[in-house]
Amino acid sequence: MSGLKVIKKALLTSLWFVFLTFPIMVIKVDPVERIIRWRWQNSLYVALGTFCVYLLAQFILQRKIKKLESQTEQDSLPKESVIHRILANPKQRNLLIVALSAVILAFPLFSSSYQTNVMITALMYVVLGLGLNIVVGMAGLLDLGYVAFYAVGAYSYALLNHHFQLGFWAVLPIGGGLAALFGILLGFPVLRLRGDYLAIVTLGFGEIIRLILENWSEFSKGPSGISNISRPGLFGIELSLDSAIIYLYYLMILFVIVTIFIVNRLQDSRLGRAWIALREDEIACQAMGIDKRKTKLVAFSLGAFWAGIIGVVFAAKTTFVNPASFTFLESAIILSIVVLGGMGSIVGVIFGAMILILLPEYLRALSEYRMLAFGAILVAMMVFRPQGLISNIRRTYRFEKTHSLNVK
Amino acid sequence: MNSPILKISGLTMDFGGIRALNRLELDVNAGEIVALIGPNGAGKTTFFNCLTGIYKPTAGEIMLTPPGSSKSISLKGLKPNHVTEKGLARTFQNIRLFSQMTVLENVMIGRHCRTKAFILGAIFRNAATRKEEKQIVESSAAILEKVGLADQANEFAKNLSYGAQRRLEIARALATEPFLLLLDEPAAGMNPQETHELDRLIREISKDGQSILLIEHDMKLVMSLSDRIFVMDYGKKIAQGKPSEIRANPAVIKAYLGEDVDA
Amino acid sequence: MDYFIELFFSGITRGAIYALIALGYTMVYGIIGLINFAHGEIYMIGAFTSFIVATVLSIYGFPLLAIVLLSGVAAVIWSSAYGYTVEKIAYKPLRHAPRLSPLISAIGMSIFLQNYVLLAQTSDFLPFPELIPDFPFMEPVAHIVGSSDLIILITTAIIMLILTFIIKFTRVGKAMRATAQDRTMAMLVGINVNQIISVTFIIGSALAAIGGLLIASHIGQINFYIGFLAGIKAFTAAVLGGIGSIPGAVLGSLVLGLTESFATGYVSSDYEDVFAFSLLVLILIFKPSGLLGKAETKKV
Repeated sequence: MSGLKVIKKALLTSLWFVFLTFPIMVIKVDPVERIIRWRWQNSLYVALGTFCVYLLAQFILQRKIKKLESQTEQDSLPKESVIHRILANPKQRNLLIVALSAVILAFPLFSSSYQTNVMITALMYVVLGLGLNIVVGMAGLLDLGYVAFYAVGAYSYALLNHHFQLGFWAVLPIGGGLAALFGILLGFPVLRLRGDYLAIVTLGFGEIIRLILENWSEFSKGPSGISNISRPGLFGIELSLDSAIIYLYYLMILFVIVTIFIVNRLQDSRLGRAWIALREDEIACQAMGIDKRKTKLVAFSLGAFWAGIIGVVFAAKTTFVNPASFTFLESAIILSIVVLGGMGSIVGVIFGAMILILLPEYLRALSEYRMLAFGAILVAMMVFRPQGLISNIRRTYRFEKTHSLNVK
Repeated sequence: MNSPILKISGLTMDFGGIRALNRLELDVNAGEIVALIGPNGAGKTTFFNCLTGIYKPTAGEIMLTPPGSSKSISLKGLKPNHVTEKGLARTFQNIRLFSQMTVLENVMIGRHCRTKAFILGAIFRNAATRKEEKQIVESSAAILEKVGLADQANEFAKNLSYGAQRRLEIARALATEPFLLLLDEPAAGMNPQETHELDRLIREISKDGQSILLIEHDMKLVMSLSDRIFVMDYGKKIAQGKPSEIRANPAVIKAYLGEDVDA
Repeated sequence: MDYFIELFFSGITRGAIYALIALGYTMVYGIIGLINFAHGEIYMIGAFTSFIVATVLSIYGFPLLAIVLLSGVAAVIWSSAYGYTVEKIAYKPLRHAPRLSPLISAIGMSIFLQNYVLLAQTSDFLPFPELIPDFPFMEPVAHIVGSSDLIILITTAIIMLILTFIIKFTRVGKAMRATAQDRTMAMLVGINVNQIISVTFIIGSALAAIGGLLIASHIGQINFYIGFLAGIKAFTAAVLGGIGSIPGAVLGSLVLGLTESFATGYVSSDYEDVFAFSLLVLILIFKPSGLLGKAETKKV
């Protein structure tokens, strides 16, 4: 398209959006006081915003088309991103790891408890994202009720601590295990469903769990929730609030490292390959002798396990749980992390969590627009970059050529 | 060499009121190349789908006898993955590779049902798992060399040429160590050069003692490769025999080859 | 007995409104196989637009009939415009993407629209002006069937008739049915498939807008979050009836409305939503083809 034509289309699009947003953006009524406020300035913002976004979108699309054209049919593996290039070079990688671990380890020493707390939250989302990544990214099962397993973990700690004074470390495996069990229970009936139905059923399941927690007061204390949950103990020592936060921070670092280690190994295993094959083509996958039900079930319950673990951590961190923390939006946030980072990519998910959780915290002005941005990110990523910011690189294997048999 | 490894009797498949397969009888002997031909819509792919557990046949029996064994196993009603485990592997008419995985990984998936490592093995990567992984890579690489794709092992499957993708499907199926290999129109869409290579490849595989059952429309390929041919029309078997017999069979000519019998 | 009839009518009314929203799901699903997750938000925007227009007009002292008509027209226009735009932005570029991509995009759109209304308007519940007066002739039965129930039933019935006419007898309707059956074939016989998809979104959105207006004036309050639950319930109704089937959507909606009404009336109202969600889960698991839908056969 020629430049002038693009500008003209951009103007028309802007006009359309001014029309579209007119009632909701411009008029604000107070039905009780019977006052109308006309916010005409919003129309201007919409026009300018649309104009710029349209041009940007066109630019990205043109570049995408050009890229496709310039690619020959027999192209090789996609170009590695900067991060992958750094990771591939052992010298740079070690330097990066040393520098990063120094910053990570020293972080609580030069930050306030508030900031450490924020960082703990971000780390929790890293683990949640990695857990959901097993289900959505690797096995290709769109789980919209992931937060249910998170709730199972949180409530198991809250209830066991409240009724039986069980400690954090005792409940941690129980919470994870219970969540995994729920994953299996839910998985049995739903995993034979088609992808989009599976998504909706998991969403329904997530909402059912939340509504039960809200309404079954004898069990869960209803909307008021459960408070005074113990923080994690350190060999029986009661910690002050500040040191408890620092302790939790290092715990989360440990959890993140363990999770990355495990997820990485799973990805490069027989099981991980089966997940990815399942995502690519179910019928071919079964024809290769892979048990669809079993493989999906394992992905589902493993993902749930991590949600359960982090649920326990969540309850211990906030010392309070109520059903409001486990809405569908929470599942959507975790999904956004996976989608933004790159489905199936571990590095991507870590970046995704850091960007989506930390950015709104530090840019206070943005925090109001947080959910708006999450929604926009889901759409934009699907349209412009479905592989995410950092796409997953398939592992390459080396092997000796032993056979000289060649048909050609 | 002449004991049947696959014996199908009375196989019937109904879709609603339509009978796609009608009391089909077919057998494959160990080491044989058997072709199944018939006009479009004769029910050939439906037959493969029944065989591999994707459809559940309405009636009939599918018996697999592993070579050297006297015990037969019924494949009827098994799930696709169990059918593959028992020793039947297939390719697809419309290529179904795992396009986001590398060529080698596609073949490694084929090794899945012959290996064991699971969650704990994956996480702790103990000696047994490491050994198994090494074997998976080596045996998969060996199969790739056999089909002539070793140089492209680390390419994405979707970036292969059409003919190479078909060969990769065969490699992937071979990786499951089948007693019987089912090829669903392996030459479809190939140019003469690629078809020629395919012909050689199938012969090569057959030389290793692999029994093969293939559906194919390319008559030249079928006539040159097959030991025996079965002909289907409207879900029924209308003829069977050696290529020379089929060529001369009036029923086949009438139903399938029509007037131009130049194959 | 009165209580039973009261519950019956309230169930039918609920069902009628679910039907207006469910039709949008089912038509879009029938034509592009997508669960349009943002459809509930289109309905919410319809409710908001009619709320804003109705309030403005009532402040300016317009007569009731004019308010009802103008706010209805505005809701239909803007909801359709939103539906059209959402399709162009979030779904059209993904027509050949893997099946889950447009669904994720739809979820994103849904969250975006919710928060857009939240930010541009408010998070509070807003009192919706009473648009349907109590008719004097309804006085004797008012304790069982309200005037708004009557209006809702009549409006829905008229709309269903119009929709049936459009789909059965007009060119556009024929093109829609053709596109639903086989998109490639429809394209080959000269149907502008993109246009037909847009029309489908517009019709679906217009129906949702009318649903939004009716339910908002029936219940008397709205907020930015009403689309989520209503959307899920209408989707449940569509699946219950057999997604892709238009009579199915209506039947499913009535069944859902009635069962909900009786369940809350005779059992307990605490678990009203749990009930709807459980129904959704159970249908999808045990009879995903629904009451009137056709089972899918997989092609290999």
